[in-house]
Amino acid sequence: MDSLLNESRPAVFCPGCSHEKVMHGVDQALTGMGIAAEGVVIVSDIGCSGLFDVFFNTHAFHGLHGRALTYATGIKMARPHLKVIVTMGDGGLGIGGAHVLSTCRRNIDLTLLVLNNFNYGMTGGQCSATTPREAVVGSGFLNRIEKPMDICQVAGAAGAGYLDRVSAYDKGLVAALKAAMAFDGFSLVDIWGICPGRYTRRNKLTPKTIESDLAQLPSLDDFMARNARVEYSRAYRQEAARQPVVSDPIRIKASCTSPMAGRSEIVLLGSAGQRILTAGELLCLSGAAAGCHATQKNDYPITVMRGHSVTEVILSDTEIEYTGIENPSSVIVLAAEGVNRRKKMLSELSSDTHVIKAAGIELPACQAVISEVDFRARKIKAPDWALAALAILAWQNKILTVEMLKAALKLRFNSAVYEKALRVVEKAAPQ
Amino acid sequence: MALNLMEGNEAIGWGAMAAGCNFFAGYPITPATGIYNTMLKLLPPRGGVCLQGEDEIASIGFCLGASMAGMKTMTATSGPGISLYSEQISFAIGSEIPVVIIDVQRLGPSTGSATKGADGDIQFLRWGSSSGLPVIVLAPVDVKDCYLLTGQAFNLAEQYRCPVFIAANKEISMTRETLDLEALDMPSIINRQMADSTASFLPFGTGGKQQVPGFLPIGGDRPVRQTSSTHGADGYITTDPEQIAAMQARLDAKLKTAVSEFTCFEELNVQNADTLVIAYGVTARAAKAAVRRLEKSDHPASLLILKTLWPVPEALIREKAASCQHIVMVEMNLGQYVRELRRLLPDKKIDFLGQMNGELIKPGQIMEVIAHG
Repeated sequence: MDSLLNESRPAVFCPGCSHEKVMHGVDQALTGMGIAAEGVVIVSDIGCSGLFDVFFNTHAFHGLHGRALTYATGIKMARPHLKVIVTMGDGGLGIGGAHVLSTCRRNIDLTLLVLNNFNYGMTGGQCSATTPREAVVGSGFLNRIEKPMDICQVAGAAGAGYLDRVSAYDKGLVAALKAAMAFDGFSLVDIWGICPGRYTRRNKLTPKTIESDLAQLPSLDDFMARNARVEYSRAYRQEAARQPVVSDPIRIKASCTSPMAGRSEIVLLGSAGQRILTAGELLCLSGAAAGCHATQKNDYPITVMRGHSVTEVILSDTEIEYTGIENPSSVIVLAAEGVNRRKKMLSELSSDTHVIKAAGIELPACQAVISEVDFRARKIKAPDWALAALAILAWQNKILTVEMLKAALKLRFNSAVYEKALRVVEKAAPQ
Repeated sequence: MALNLMEGNEAIGWGAMAAGCNFFAGYPITPATGIYNTMLKLLPPRGGVCLQGEDEIASIGFCLGASMAGMKTMTATSGPGISLYSEQISFAIGSEIPVVIIDVQRLGPSTGSATKGADGDIQFLRWGSSSGLPVIVLAPVDVKDCYLLTGQAFNLAEQYRCPVFIAANKEISMTRETLDLEALDMPSIINRQMADSTASFLPFGTGGKQQVPGFLPIGGDRPVRQTSSTHGADGYITTDPEQIAAMQARLDAKLKTAVSEFTCFEELNVQNADTLVIAYGVTARAAKAAVRRLEKSDHPASLLILKTLWPVPEALIREKAASCQHIVMVEMNLGQYVRELRRLLPDKKIDFLGQMNGELIKPGQIMEVIAHG
């Protein structure tokens, strides 16, 4: 098979750079596996390894520093048949560390070639995540106080399915690349090489020392055995096929008549666990069942099961413009947490507002008409108070009707919950 | 008549589906998480892909890779995530990668307030890349717009091969609202112009009146290249000043000269009004209430609601402002888009009303400025 190297763009690396050996190795591996130019994409990172896309006459994608794995993942998910090769330096490993770890965890079928030459060659030989502590590099003393990492052990701990270390000078390079590329899952090859332009000017590193250093590193076999599993894009498609198709959004037909004209604002003030937000949604559904427009805004803390829960609903037979509360028709007050959250609003209420308040809750002084309800005396449990308060309004034909509320309950709940909710509505009926 | 009830974030998801979106990637962040939740329900069972990135940079990176492989992609975040997207946004602009980016704005700066609304990213979206090249930003007013403008955003991203932003706001995205989906007129789907794969192909080749290059996907029958480096028409790095200048000029012109093709707006013309209120996003709703309440008063005002914010629809703004001497700009920040009005309308009296306290600007506040400046 013909070489996949780009004849019109011959390699331009510094004399003696091991990247050129890797480039030929990749070409020989791909052609040896019979992979055609249109069947492979080279995704390259930044730095000298970032030149690879240009030297291959294949699909090619060159992006930002450290982010090559992110593009490669998107490409692989979109085109599962493609052989995706990512070239990255030891610099890319550091800046894109989160992506390296996450790609290992996913086990998506990409081959990451780490062209590891222990420094940032392109910018002047600064230290990278793999620079030995004793090396003399362009970062002054900084590398002496940091520990270099063995990317293979890191990747193994993160779940990589295939790991290998090889010298760019090793006769087995092509075979190593082929094996990695043939692996059905994420494969990482840590390829040690020499940067003559920067690194070996001040540090001793030869093919021989690389070979002996590599030989001393711990085996990776255990990681590979432990991390063997289904490839990500295949697992994704299998899981996706099992997901239920969500039906189109429910259409609510106008089947009731609203007792109100114009705009009505309703505020429910409660605490977590009182199903305040659900009650707000029920109000919206009630309105929609009467052909009214509705908006709902909620206010709750980042914690769940604790703190205030506030919902603001507007129902209107005309378009709702401003979604804030200006002059509420009804305020339902079920917990002190909600009161504390809307003290200012409560104190400014006019006599146009009707407040339904659970027994025992203190309100700031205001002009509103207040009716107190002893939910406990009616044997209604706290999580049902909000619904019961809506039912009280409905029985009085204020804001909504019982018919509207029942239509909303039917839209919102399955039959078992619906029946329970109906019992709450009955308990709230005038005595 | 029948109504649907949904949050703005859900409507963005359904709008994306209606526009042919088949790839979404995002990272959870309030107040945008609802979009991710929606896409996770909608896409996988329908054969699409929805991914959660390890961070925002990965999420948009997945989208850029998938988009170049031919998919219609969307991501969603809030201000902190847009900050992290910045370098990838520059890539999408310079290398002409279609992607729809939803910014559900929350009160900043920085992590700010996760559950408070603001329109504080409006200039950031325009200038948050390293080039200064233009982007398209659309601003929804309500849940209906979330649906329709997301569809429009996909069409524009495909047609012009660029990132297109939806500048949403917590106050729209997390507000549940009725809408009649069936009554909405979703624009017909536009897909990117494909190149002839049998003829000679330049990945960034344009010519004559064509300002947007034809597309061939990565992974298609013919090897193609994409690069974030300064490139010529052939997609290879170039140092030739003429080629560089030509590419920059084309990227600048392809959106700026076309803005009249996608200038979305709404207006409320009031007779004898000498004041024009200009607003966008959720604030436009309070502005509409204010203008309607003042219709029969001594201080009538007309209203222009901008839904295409960037590139600035300059011709529209000049035309609508022509008959008024007094302009009132209202926005949920301390004065961002008003800069554009001051630039375009130097002879008008421009009053500004802004607010950054996590609360909606009230109709009464706007009425006050209309009446008394």
